[in-house]
Amino acid sequence: MSDYQYDNQTVKGFIVSSIFWGVVGILVGLWISVQMWKPEWNIPPFFTFGRMRVVHTNGLAFGLGIGAIFGMCYYIVMRLTKRPLLFPKLARFHLYLFNVAITLAAISLFAGMNQSLEYAELEWPLDIGVVILWVIFAINVFGTIIKRKEEQMYISLWYIIATVIAVAVLYIVNNLSIPAGLFKSYHLYAGVNSANVEWWYGHNAVGFIFTTPILAMFYYFLPKSTGIPIYSHRLSIIAFWSLVFAYLWTGAHHLVYTPLPDWIQTLGIVFTIFLIAPSWGSVINGYYTVGSDWSKMESNYLTKFFLLGITFYGLQTVQGPTQALRVVSQLIHYTDWVPGHVHMGTMGWVTMTTAASIYYVIPKIYNTEIYSVKIANTHFWLVLIGQLMFSITMWITGIQQGALWKATNPDGTLKYTFMEGLVKNYPYWQLRTVAGLIFTVGMLFFIYNVFMTMRKGNLAASRA
Amino acid sequence: MASELYKKPIMFAVVATVVILIGTIVTMFYPMLTPEMHPRLENLKPYTALQLAGKDIYQREGCNNCHTQTVRPLKTEVMRYGEYSKAGEFAYDRPFLWGSKRTGPDLARIGGKYPDTWHYSHFEKPQAFFAESNMPSYGWIKARKLDPEDIAAHMKALDLPFTPADITALGDKTEMDALVAYIQVIGTAVKKTVSVVQAGPKETHIANPLAGDPKAIALGKELYKTNCASCHGEDGKGGLAPSVVDNEFLYVAGDMPDDDYYEIINNGTQPGMVEDGRTAKGGMPPYAGALDKDKIWSLVAYIRSLKGN
Repeated sequence: MSDYQYDNQTVKGFIVSSIFWGVVGILVGLWISVQMWKPEWNIPPFFTFGRMRVVHTNGLAFGLGIGAIFGMCYYIVMRLTKRPLLFPKLARFHLYLFNVAITLAAISLFAGMNQSLEYAELEWPLDIGVVILWVIFAINVFGTIIKRKEEQMYISLWYIIATVIAVAVLYIVNNLSIPAGLFKSYHLYAGVNSANVEWWYGHNAVGFIFTTPILAMFYYFLPKSTGIPIYSHRLSIIAFWSLVFAYLWTGAHHLVYTPLPDWIQTLGIVFTIFLIAPSWGSVINGYYTVGSDWSKMESNYLTKFFLLGITFYGLQTVQGPTQALRVVSQLIHYTDWVPGHVHMGTMGWVTMTTAASIYYVIPKIYNTEIYSVKIANTHFWLVLIGQLMFSITMWITGIQQGALWKATNPDGTLKYTFMEGLVKNYPYWQLRTVAGLIFTVGMLFFIYNVFMTMRKGNLAASRA
Repeated sequence: MASELYKKPIMFAVVATVVILIGTIVTMFYPMLTPEMHPRLENLKPYTALQLAGKDIYQREGCNNCHTQTVRPLKTEVMRYGEYSKAGEFAYDRPFLWGSKRTGPDLARIGGKYPDTWHYSHFEKPQAFFAESNMPSYGWIKARKLDPEDIAAHMKALDLPFTPADITALGDKTEMDALVAYIQVIGTAVKKTVSVVQAGPKETHIANPLAGDPKAIALGKELYKTNCASCHGEDGKGGLAPSVVDNEFLYVAGDMPDDDYYEIINNGTQPGMVEDGRTAKGGMPPYAGALDKDKIWSLVAYIRSLKGN
C-alpha cells in the first residue's frame, strides 16, 4: 500500500478562477451583443466593441477555458497516474500566476494593446507570461506521468499530452514578433504569410484548446459518472491519431477566396473534410458507451450533459467542414453565420462538458453530494435553449446577409446597399441578446449550485 | 508492440510531436520558404510615419473586428467594393488585417473612395451619414495628439524609411489625422477599375428615360436623402461637397447633359478626371455598386427637379 494524497486545493482554485473569468467573459459578451444593435452602448475609450470583443473571446478562451483545462488536467492526471502531482507547490504557484496573467491580459486588452491576431491578441510581454505558465504546466504534467504508478496510459492522458505539445508549438510560432516598445509589437510575418501562420494557429487553438483537452475530460468523466467503460478502445486509438494528424493541415479554410495561394486553401479544405471521421470517432464512442445502458440518461443527471455535449461536438464537426467548402464559404464567410457556428461549439460542447466535469469533481473533492440535481437540470435546459436560440438566429441572419450581399437586379447591378443589408440584421441581433441572457441565467444556476455544494462539503486532500 | 506506446510517455510524446509537425511543415513552414508567400506589387509604397500611426490606431481600436480588408474574386463582391485583393498588396502589413467578420463593409478599397473631410465627419458621427448605422463614434480621437517619439520607434522596428522632418511634422497631428491618412492609403497600390463606364455612347448624349416622372422623382428624393444629403446638403446647396443646384458642375458654369450626371454618380470622380470637358478635383465615390440604373436615373430626375430645369 503506497501512501499518497491528492492536492485538491489547486484543482479547486482553478475551477473557482475559471468560473470567475467565465462570468466576466459572459457579461462582456452580453454587453457587446447589445452594442451590435445599439451603438450608444459604446463608451470610449475602453468600452467600445472593437476593444471589448477581444476581452470577450480572450476572457472565455483563456480565462474560463484554459483555467478549467488546467484544473481538470491536474485532477485527471493525478487519478490516472495514481499519484499526487510531482510538484504540488509549483502547481499552486501556477494557479496564482494564471490569475495574475489573466488580470493583466484583461487590462491590456481594454487599454487597446492588441496584436490584431485573432485569439493571439495579447502583446509580447504577456505572451512570455503565457509561455511560462504553459512550461510550468508541461513540467508538472509530464513529470507526473513519467513517475506514474499505473503502467498503462488511459485515453485522456494521450489527449492531454497532445494538448501540451501542440499548444506550445502553435503559441510560440504565431506570437513571434518584432517588439517596438513595451506594449507594442509587429508580427514577424507579413501579408499573406502572416495570414497563413495566424490561421494555422487560430484553427488549431480551436483544435487543441476547445477539442483535445475537452475530449480528455469527456473520456474520463463520462465513464466515471455513468460507471460504464468506454465502448471501444480501438476506435479511440484511431480517432486520436487521425485527429492530431489532420488538424494541423486545416487552418487555410479560414482564408478561402483570399490572396493566399490556392493550393494551400485546397489542401486545408480537403483535410477539413477528412476531419469529420476522427471527430465522429469520439461521437460514436460516446453514444455507444451510453448505448449499453440508456437508463443512465434518467438515473444519472450528468449523462445528458455529456451526451448533449458530444452531440454538439458532432454537429460542430460536420458544420465546420461544410463551411470550408468553397461554394458554402462564399455565401456564409464574413457573416453572422460564423459566430453562430463558434457558439455552438463553445456554448454547446465546451461549456456543457466542462460544467458537467465540474459537477462531477466538486462533490468528489468536497466529500459530499451535489447540492441540487433539480437546479442542475434547470441549468441544463436553460443553457441548451439559450445556445440553440443563439446559434439558430445567427445562422438565419448569416444566410440572409450573404444572400443580400450577392443579390442582383435583372440588369446585373447590385440589389441592396450595404446599409440595406445591415438593418435587416437588427431583429436577429436583438434576439441573440435575449438568447445570451437565457444562457447567462442558466450559468448563474450552475454557479449557485457549485458554490452551495462547496459550502455544505468539506475540502480535504483525498485519495479518490 | 504498438500497445507498448501507451506505456511509454516519452516515446508517445515524440510520436505525437512528429504527427503534429507533418501538417505544420507542409502547409505553414514550407510555403514560408517559397517566394509566392512574399509577393510585393511594384508600386506598393511603404507606410509613411503618419500612415503607420493611423494603422496602429486601427489595430488599437480593433477596427478589424468589424471590417475586413480583402475583396474576394466573386462577381458581386468586385461590383460592391472594387478590384479583388492581390497577394502583393500586403507586403508591409505586419500582421495582415484581412479580418473575419463584416459587421461593417469591407475596407480593402476604401483608400481614395471618399475625400478626407468625409472621413473626419463620418468618424465623428457615422449616423449623420447612415442614420441606421451601428458604427460607434470615434470623434474622441480628434482630441488626442500623436506621440512622435513612439511612432519613430515603430518605424525603426519595421525598418521603414523616414526622415527626422517626418517625425517633427507629427507633432501637431491628432490621432484622427493619422487614422484618416491610413484609411486613405488602404488598397491604393492596385489601380482603380471603374465598374460601368458610360450611360451611352459619347457622341450622342442620351436623355434621362425617367425625366419628369413623378414616381422617379419621389424615389430620387428618398435616395438623395440616404446617399447624397450628408455631403451635398439636405437642400442640395452643398456642404462637404459642392452644391448640385447652382448650375455649376465640376467648377465650370453651365448645365450638363443628363448622361453626364449619370456617369458622375455611377463612376464617382477622381482627381484630374475629365468629364465633358470639365476637370474634376475628385472625391465623389462611385455608386455603381450601390444603385442600379433606374435608381441613378431617378436621382438625376430628382436633382433636375430641385433645379427647376
